[in-house]
Amino acid sequence: MEFHHPTTIGEVLDALDAGAVPLAGGTDLMVEVNFGLSRPDHVVGLRRVEELTSWEGSKIGAGVTWRRLEDSGPRALAQAARTVGSPQIRNAGTIGGNVATASPAGDGLPFLAAVDATIDLRSSSGGRSVRWNDFFVGVKKTALEPGELITSVTLPGELPERQAFGKVGVRNAMVIATVCCVVTREDDGDTRVALGSVAPTTTRVSRAEEMISAVARPTHADLTEFARLVSEEVAPITDHRSTESYRRHASGVLARRLLERCLR
Amino acid sequence: MIVTFRLNDEAVNTRVSTPISLLDALRDDLGVFGTKSACEQGECGSCSVILDGEVVCSCLVMAADVEGSDVTTVEGISGAGVHPVQTAMHEAGAVQCGFCTPGIVVTAAALFEGNQHPSTDEIKEALAGNICRCTGYGAIVRAFEELARE
Repeated sequence: MEFHHPTTIGEVLDALDAGAVPLAGGTDLMVEVNFGLSRPDHVVGLRRVEELTSWEGSKIGAGVTWRRLEDSGPRALAQAARTVGSPQIRNAGTIGGNVATASPAGDGLPFLAAVDATIDLRSSSGGRSVRWNDFFVGVKKTALEPGELITSVTLPGELPERQAFGKVGVRNAMVIATVCCVVTREDDGDTRVALGSVAPTTTRVSRAEEMISAVARPTHADLTEFARLVSEEVAPITDHRSTESYRRHASGVLARRLLERCLR
Repeated sequence: MIVTFRLNDEAVNTRVSTPISLLDALRDDLGVFGTKSACEQGECGSCSVILDGEVVCSCLVMAADVEGSDVTTVEGISGAGVHPVQTAMHEAGAVQCGFCTPGIVVTAAALFEGNQHPSTDEIKEALAGNICRCTGYGAIVRAFEELARE
């Protein structure tokens, strides 16, 4: 087995070109290894690469852990980070890993979708930044090309003051979301609603957003209509974790509750 | 390949030829058995160790990735003595079958390292990733509440 311990992105890219599998926090890859689903014999460890663990303003290095996001991330992203796994998982798992795995239930992804973040990629032939909705293309499928490395996620320079994350699951700790959601609202009413676990990729609900963005002071009836639109617009499935109809219902309830928090 | 790291303050080498976990390297190659193997997916916390100052699940760390790192297992948590969290658990009767205990000792030691007087909520949150099937957690939480008051 070959394992690289590089300290620079250039060295990581050389290893990727040679066919190495990238390893960050290990919280997804090692589960596959332990269960015999994956047996990489050429691996490049990312945790010693300072550029990946750096965090400057709105550019969050791919190697930034949940623990750090929980302590110093924008509010809704910090709230999301706090619900990921356990302290042990949050000390290891990274935002870049969440993006790379691209699970429909990725807890960090609704925030990226709500604020229209971009995913920054680098390869030995150059770099590109891809808007979140062009990056997540299906269940655990992304636009990442062979030889490309996720180096950071970039948020807009200014984020809405009012933002909230919420998650529905079977228990409080160590839970994979049945539904997770971020709502943000600007002073002019512009509202974004992104949900996870209710479609093949993290998704925005544009009709619900348009409807509620046009209302300066939502009434009880507006909120009810908003929740109905959210429930109508999501595309959940029934699986071992929940049912289609429960997820649809919970999406509307959760989005409405988070919006009410933003309106307070 | 040979991986060299510090285990409980001593330099050790282990040979890895497959992408095994640190947990498997500890138990199968290095003969350190305090760290327990159960779920192997980061859900149960029985394999908790301190890696470069932070508590992690050793089942989710690739052994080859600890080159040059510092690893502390339950055996090294207090040098030759008994750690205050161990005394607290003993006195509170917080150990039944004992399988989860090493992971809880390591996790609690990391908690008290950063915060000598954690609140009950902080204790519960710190232990959220350590599953115990015997105690119902009452005595474990009480042990650390007691220690937090000292």
